[in-house]
Amino acid sequence: MAVDAPARPPDGEPPVLEETAEVDTPGLEREAERAKARQGFLLGLPTIVYLLVFFVVPLGFVVAYSFATRTRSGRTELRDFNLDAYARLGDDIIMTVAWRSLWMAVVATLICLVLAYPLAYYISTRSPTVRNLMLVGVMIPFWSNFLIRTYAWRVLLDSDGLVTQAFEFIGVGDGRILFTSNAVILGLVYGYLPFMVLPLYAAIERIDWNLVEGARDLYASGWSAFRRVVWPLSRPGVIAGSILVFVPSFGAYVTPAILGGNKEGLLGSYIVLQFLSARNGPVGSAVSVVVLVVMLVATLVYFRTGGKNL
Amino acid sequence: MEGTTNGQRPAVELAGVVKRFGDRSGTEVTAVDDVSLTIGDGEFFSLLGPSGCGKTTTLRMVAGLELPTAGSIRIHGEEMGLRPPNKRPVNTVFQSYALFPHMTVAKNVGFGLEMRRVPQSERRALIDEAIELVEMGSMAHRKPAQLSGGQQQRVALARALVNRPEVLLLDEPLGALDLKLRHQMQVELKNLQREVGITFVYVTHDQEEAVTMSDRIGVMDDGRLLQVDTPEAIYERPSTRFVADFIGQTNFLEATVAGPTEVVLANGDRLRLASDHPAGAAVAVTVRPERLTVHRRGEAPADRHTVDGCVESVTYLGNAVIYGVGVDWMHLEVRCPATLAGDRRSVGDDVTVSFEPEHVALVTG
Amino acid sequence: MSKGVAKSTAEPQGASRWLLRGHSAAVFAFFYAPIVVLCIFSFNDSNAVGNWNGFTLGWYEELFGNDNIQSSIWVSVKVCVASTVISVVLGTAGALALERFRWWGQKAFDAVLYLPIIIPDVTMAVMMLVFFNETASWFNVIPGINLQNGLEKLVFSHVAFNISFVSVVVRARLANLDASMEEAAADLYANRWQAFRRVTLPQIMPGVIGGALLAVTISLDDVVVSSFVAAVGGTPLSVYVFGMLRKGVSPLVNSVSVVMLVASMALVLASLVISRATGSGREER
Repeated sequence: MAVDAPARPPDGEPPVLEETAEVDTPGLEREAERAKARQGFLLGLPTIVYLLVFFVVPLGFVVAYSFATRTRSGRTELRDFNLDAYARLGDDIIMTVAWRSLWMAVVATLICLVLAYPLAYYISTRSPTVRNLMLVGVMIPFWSNFLIRTYAWRVLLDSDGLVTQAFEFIGVGDGRILFTSNAVILGLVYGYLPFMVLPLYAAIERIDWNLVEGARDLYASGWSAFRRVVWPLSRPGVIAGSILVFVPSFGAYVTPAILGGNKEGLLGSYIVLQFLSARNGPVGSAVSVVVLVVMLVATLVYFRTGGKNL
Repeated sequence: MEGTTNGQRPAVELAGVVKRFGDRSGTEVTAVDDVSLTIGDGEFFSLLGPSGCGKTTTLRMVAGLELPTAGSIRIHGEEMGLRPPNKRPVNTVFQSYALFPHMTVAKNVGFGLEMRRVPQSERRALIDEAIELVEMGSMAHRKPAQLSGGQQQRVALARALVNRPEVLLLDEPLGALDLKLRHQMQVELKNLQREVGITFVYVTHDQEEAVTMSDRIGVMDDGRLLQVDTPEAIYERPSTRFVADFIGQTNFLEATVAGPTEVVLANGDRLRLASDHPAGAAVAVTVRPERLTVHRRGEAPADRHTVDGCVESVTYLGNAVIYGVGVDWMHLEVRCPATLAGDRRSVGDDVTVSFEPEHVALVTG
Repeated sequence: MSKGVAKSTAEPQGASRWLLRGHSAAVFAFFYAPIVVLCIFSFNDSNAVGNWNGFTLGWYEELFGNDNIQSSIWVSVKVCVASTVISVVLGTAGALALERFRWWGQKAFDAVLYLPIIIPDVTMAVMMLVFFNETASWFNVIPGINLQNGLEKLVFSHVAFNISFVSVVVRARLANLDASMEEAAADLYANRWQAFRRVTLPQIMPGVIGGALLAVTISLDDVVVSSFVAAVGGTPLSVYVFGMLRKGVSPLVNSVSVVMLVASMALVLASLVISRATGSGREER
């Protein structure tokens, strides 16, 4: 109901209600909205096209390859689609490699968690200036070249390397851990530790310390307060960090290549092998697809448990 | 000052404006439901209502930040249609001020002029004038982050006014300020508006603010425009229950219309009150607490309508005393000027509450 | 509501305080020790890596005289610059399109945009290898593009994963922006382009620069994808070094490493300085 109560001007003249030229706006409003949507679409179009051509299509090819046929000469041909490659996934070799990769990724993640948690906690108890300095200190190795950082451990762990010498000096058994799975795990931990520290720090920093004080007020000891208040509240950070370490560790290629030699083949190395030496496109593609699916599942878990944007 | 004067076109005309928001899943919200109103040139007009009543959406449609689903909006007679905000002769002062943090005060204020390609020399003079108008002269080279909330608000004002818009739109600009500053700014804004003579359309949920500053108020609830009137008319003669309740305090006496000049209260009392409503219609008689008087039982003058009751509560406010009086079927709130403790009624006293029939209004809804 | 710095009850007491301090120091030592050792041994006058044999700049001389390394550095720089520029433009445009507009297919685009971030680089490498194999004939039709000998494959691949990283950073910055500022710009007679250039862009600049730096780092760091798509003679430095590493540890690699490290640090410092400068609000003109 249109209500236009006339004011009561002193001269008693009601205001003039002009003829309302009602514009047919429902349709026009929608058209304006559509025009804006079109603008947005056009703005994003170059990016969309680029990703379609240089990402989605390549992905499609790989998936197609995994169903394709391998000729005798080692070429992959997109015909006679079959599930041979996937059938091969059950082979012992692949299974071994897969389990080894999984195990190493899990161990690396756990070690990172153990190392990173106290550090993140400590950082969050510092003053803002010190905190920022320490965070930058954690980030600097991350910003420097990954290859070089991993290589640095190669140097240290070499048969004449410092670490080996140190071990022998102390007398703690055989220091030659280079080219063993331990070296690879060490490399993975070293490479991805910042990815665990930062989300943990972010989660711990957000905790409302009044809750801890409240727990203390109710007679909880320091350790108990930690276990029942701080730890549960920091869980989102734990999950985020774990995924950020697990995902790259599972598909790692460079670290095992440098520190593991060729003995400790992981999934990453296996895939490369299939493409370069064994020239078996379908199998290599099939394994790649599987790795990708595992990653996707892990990421979905991350988002489902309320993880924020990376 | 109100409506059309001197044959000049009114500053703002809304006719049948509707705004519906909906997503593709089908849930639709009607934020603004068929609003029509006319704002005169040079008027200080307020849109008043609770949160979510559609007042801000209406303002944004005038600004061009939203497009109406139906209806027309005219500024000085010119149909705005689909014009984007940068093509409309209006400027807005936003609730969050929206000052550009990477620009100085002077650059902020001059932004609109720059966009309209006003030459540099002219710009400088206009900017200085506007900054002086809001008394921010010494801060021209500061950045917004270095200003207090009140200062930022003035800059936002200057930034809008410098463009000499035909209408200035203000979206709850004083909301973020503390009480004292807010009162101060209310006075300043009112004076400013008189000085520059530009039509102000002001959105607020604070009824005291609206009543203090406005020439006319439009009360909205749930997307609908309920009453448009001067503050006095809205206060003394509210048209609906919501309006009566929203502005100030009031009492509602449920009643039924007995005839063109009479209503029957719920307790059977008859009251002489003219109305257009059909006989039998359910209405409420609203009386403001300050229009009621408390007397010792039986001591009320004869020319006033009376109701007997018992004091249930006494609240001393310093400059007034509020009595909560229980009468047969309901509770009345009476506001009396402060009296010495000896003259005051106490809880449990039998009293008579009286009022003059001219001081009530009839509302429906 | 006290957030942020943990107050007194969180401050570790007694033994745990020293444990935490020691632990943190140990972790930091863990972070930096290998890098420090590497730097020291790059000056080591010896062919073996373990034993210190005297100070020398010989390895650096050899590094600067090595043509292969020089050309690799040059390839890395070219690919890095080209791919960063393209991915910053595309990534920023994508971020704007997603945050400031609503259009059909947006959700799907959003999801696809995240994929390059989570995809393992081995899979990505395989994807690009296969893709270029299958489509080489198509691309070579375009004049100027020489997939066989040129750096195009590298640039295309790097852009493919960098767009997402840039976009994430810029989006985070955009999301924090008060949208009413762009409305205010429009209210003050700016058209969309002017509003973007004068209001939005200056404010997302730290994000854009952050995204650019991230892209540079990732591009220079990349080994697996690059080694799969590098053409003959167009080997970026990381791939070249990787090759050297497979052959064995050589002190020459140490000096290369140190140079790369110094370059990374310089970049990080530059980014911090720049973000300081833009963050405190560059004065408009």
